[in-house]
Amino acid sequence: MANLEIDFCGIKSPNPFWLASAPPSNSAYQVQKAFEQGWGGAVWKTIGAPVLNVCNRYGTIDYKGSKIIGLNNVELISDRPIELNLREIAEVKRNFPNHAVIVSVMVESSKEAWQDIVRRTEETGADGFELNFGCPHGMSERGMGSAMGQVPEYTCMVTEWVMEVATKPVIVKLTPNITDIVQPARAAVRGKASALSLINTINSIMGVDLDSFELKPNVGGKGGHGGYAGPAVKPIALHLLSAIASDPEIQRSRVPISGIGGIETWRDCVEFMLLGATSVQICTAVMHWGFRIVEDMIDGMSNWMDDKGFKTVYDFIGASLPRISTFGDFDLGFQTVARINPDKCIHCNLCYIACNDAAHQCIDLRSGKLNGDMSAMLHPVVREQDCVGCALCASVCPVDDCISMVEIDSGRPHITWNDLTKKRPEVLNWDQMEEYREEAKIHIH
Amino acid sequence: MAEHYKPVKYKQWELTLEERFQEYHPPLTDREAVLEANRCLYCHDAPCMVACPTHIDIPTFIKKIATENTKGSARTILQANLLGATCSRVCPVEELCEGACVLEHEHKPIIIGRLQRYAMDYAASKKLKFFHPGKPNGYKVAVVGTGPAGLSCAGELAKLGFDVTCYEKKEMAGGLDTYGIVVFREPVEVSLSEVRMIQDMGVKIKTNTTIGVDVTMEELIENNDAVFVGVGLGSVPDMSIPGETLPGVVDGLEFIEETKVRKLNEITFGQRVVIIGAGNTGIDCATIARRLGSERVTIVYRRSEAEMPAYHFEYQFALGEGVTFMFMIQPVEVVGEGKVEGLKCVRMDLGEPDQSGRRRPVRASGAEEFVLPCDMVIKAIGQKKHTEMFSKLAEHGVKTTSNGYIAVDFETNRTDNPKVYAGGDCIRSKGEASTVSAVQDGKIAAAAIHQQLTGTPSPNEKHIEPVLSPVMK
Ligand SMILES: Cc1cc2nc3c(=O)[nH]c(=O)nc-3n(C[C@H](O)[C@H](O)[C@H](O)COP(=O)(O)OP(=O)(O)OC[C@H]3O[C@@H](n4cnc5c(N)ncnc54)[C@H](O)[C@@H]3O)c2cc1C
Ligand SMILES: Cc1cc2nc3c(=O)[nH]c(=O)nc-3n(C[C@H](O)[C@H](O)[C@H](O)COP(=O)(O)O)c2cc1C
Ligand code: SF4
Repeated sequence: MANLEIDFCGIKSPNPFWLASAPPSNSAYQVQKAFEQGWGGAVWKTIGAPVLNVCNRYGTIDYKGSKIIGLNNVELISDRPIELNLREIAEVKRNFPNHAVIVSVMVESSKEAWQDIVRRTEETGADGFELNFGCPHGMSERGMGSAMGQVPEYTCMVTEWVMEVATKPVIVKLTPNITDIVQPARAAVRGKASALSLINTINSIMGVDLDSFELKPNVGGKGGHGGYAGPAVKPIALHLLSAIASDPEIQRSRVPISGIGGIETWRDCVEFMLLGATSVQICTAVMHWGFRIVEDMIDGMSNWMDDKGFKTVYDFIGASLPRISTFGDFDLGFQTVARINPDKCIHCNLCYIACNDAAHQCIDLRSGKLNGDMSAMLHPVVREQDCVGCALCASVCPVDDCISMVEIDSGRPHITWNDLTKKRPEVLNWDQMEEYREEAKIHIH
Repeated sequence: MAEHYKPVKYKQWELTLEERFQEYHPPLTDREAVLEANRCLYCHDAPCMVACPTHIDIPTFIKKIATENTKGSARTILQANLLGATCSRVCPVEELCEGACVLEHEHKPIIIGRLQRYAMDYAASKKLKFFHPGKPNGYKVAVVGTGPAGLSCAGELAKLGFDVTCYEKKEMAGGLDTYGIVVFREPVEVSLSEVRMIQDMGVKIKTNTTIGVDVTMEELIENNDAVFVGVGLGSVPDMSIPGETLPGVVDGLEFIEETKVRKLNEITFGQRVVIIGAGNTGIDCATIARRLGSERVTIVYRRSEAEMPAYHFEYQFALGEGVTFMFMIQPVEVVGEGKVEGLKCVRMDLGEPDQSGRRRPVRASGAEEFVLPCDMVIKAIGQKKHTEMFSKLAEHGVKTTSNGYIAVDFETNRTDNPKVYAGGDCIRSKGEASTVSAVQDGKIAAAAIHQQLTGTPSPNEKHIEPVLSPVMK
């Protein structure tokens, strides 16, 4: 079996699967149960400032019969007494010396308060810290959480305060509620953070009840924005992860990244790791299914690694990063067209209507009677010369491998937008663009 | 009842003989499997898993299909049941896992059997090997019979490091999985590849070797640290009616066996076939006869529809195949000149309940005998016990139950001779005989043999609760 062990800036973990700082990592009972079932590490539910919670903390979105594709919450950091949390953290670390126990902390914005909590937490023997600069509700109104993470200068300042006293690695957890994720990430690195993690939850309102006009979730007749998480946020998380993982400044600093956001299966984990995460953290999926999901994460990832011939996770972490590029560097000469396999087609004609109403009207419905060899049913046929290769038809087709996007040699020059506009800046005018298109044999009707 | 079970093509007369004997359910496509797997609620402490006699971790193997970790899914199944490929095809899932699925209340239980087959087919197509012989522990065990009970016991023991030899009287191993399950439910190749898997785990299999003839029971008990008896049951018993020996009267099990081992176009069958007995064997013979091409196939049964031992879904299947049922009819004589020409029967009524709790059929007062014209009579009225072997075993202290099965302690499947264990149909004195319970019997015995000889519990402990057959639950 493949070796799943990781060393995350000195924090050792038997595998990359960690509980995210959230309800599943709220107590010693839970974290120990999770470790027994195979989790490699846990980021303890954030401790720090005193809080009071409200009821109906969660709102969820179901999609066509699938439960919880997204979950939002207005929960605060741990509401258990801080002494109790510290005692339990110490107990867990004693019982599980080889697992990663990381403590998430968040206090008011003063140097004394941050340094005090760090010193007290270090006495537990925990392996490291995670600074919660991400919580988007409740704590942010009090100047904590995302109120810190949204201002790079603050992120840097608090990280520096912590690094002055911390002897253990410090992870800075970033909020996605910001325009350019690279800025706070660089700020954390400037503040000497040992590692980064992302994403925390995304500002959201889950919905409105059509009868009572109340918001979801409904807290005694009121509602407000809460943090969104779960499978629906995964693409956003993957983007933000890849943005910092491919940033040259972050790369130079060599800080490892812990990927979070919408992870549910081993496949999700692999994707995060291919985009540069060394460990992954999971919250909503555990809230939905329980700790037991880790068994298939371990099993599925090791089977996949065995199949690929990977001995350790370091053989593939970041392997997709070199492919992260920008529009200006894409090959304008790369062309695909849709091909429909008539033997697999079930004549639902979803491709036809999608192309006709929402793409480039290049699928025709032909009657099989004409060429004799098909049933009398209408069947979709692509006019390849008009296909722009958008891939919408292949996306809506409900049959596996029925519509494939096939690469063809269009005869177009293989050039990128950046090179083209450098060589021939005149194409930025429509007239010259038309000329260029004629010459490059690009026909858009 | 899983009403979404549908055959692919259903106009038999449009199919070739070969096509009619292909597996009845087509394999699931990848997409179907993943969609279906995603429908599973992933229940905690799932009822399906409790209902499975081998306690396969069903929600886990289904979730692994959903995550496209099909290899892990196959391993999950085989860990609890080495004959997962056969079971996925032959198990009466409506009575077991699928019957227990919480989605059954919407009449749409997860199609667990077919998902299991999907994972097993994947493992077979990729030639995946999951288990290796355990570190040799120096103990020798003999297994008599290579049906599901014997194979399961042998495989589990091999995993634990035992030196296991199986003895099988037939030419091929696999017991009824190889010779008795209709091909359109399970092709022979599936059973044989399971046999190969067990051999790859280090088990030696001696076929064409009958215990009691080629090797004696004494020798086995003498030369081994433990013996597991999984001989199943024997041929169909005599009906003791006149004309029974006429050409054209056949043993149902032999009739089924022909379709497993011979070319389909070489099998003799009648145009008008009467089958005696409405158990699952009777149904299998009837549907085979129809698919071979018999014009008219009638099952006669001496009790009513309500007492019929065949599963409801089997009954439905047979009706769909155009099989006719005649209830409350008792055969009294096979008539014919030198060959079968008819079956003389008489109408019955139901009297007081007998020991089995079912009402006893009695000749209806004033009923006259009548002849059902036919050119073939198939006997499917149960199976004989291996009484000769059982009396040999009795010399070694092995006792039998009042109804003639080998008596064991169900927690361990040990007989009254501490060296001799037994499992499968030969111990099923009550409850339903099935492949899956035979597999569990083998596992229980393997764990107990391990405990007895090594003094330590088997690492497979969590899966070894005794079989609670559906009838007993
Ligand atoms: C027609 C038919 C259809 C069935 N259909 C189903 C079904 O759809 N689903 C289901 O779950 N169950 C079904 N069953 C029941 C199922 O097949 C049995 O419960 C199961 O095979 C029992 O397994 P076993 O290992 O005890 O015995 P068997 O499978 O009978 O195997 C016993 C083996 O021992 C060998 N043997 C016997 N005596 C000796 C000897 N002296 N020396 C060496 N070897 C010996 C035999 O040759 C045989 O290979 C069916 C049974 C029949 C008869
Ligand atoms: C109910 C709930 C409470 C959370 N509490 C915290 C917290 O105390 N500290 C923190 O850093 N993140 C907290 N989070 C955010 C998670 O750690 C995680 O970043 C986020 O849920 C995205 O991951 P997921 O999609 O796997 O749930 C919380 C999330 C949820 C759903
Ligand atoms: S009972 Fe049905 S829904 Fe529940 S775990 Fe089993 S198969 Fe899935």
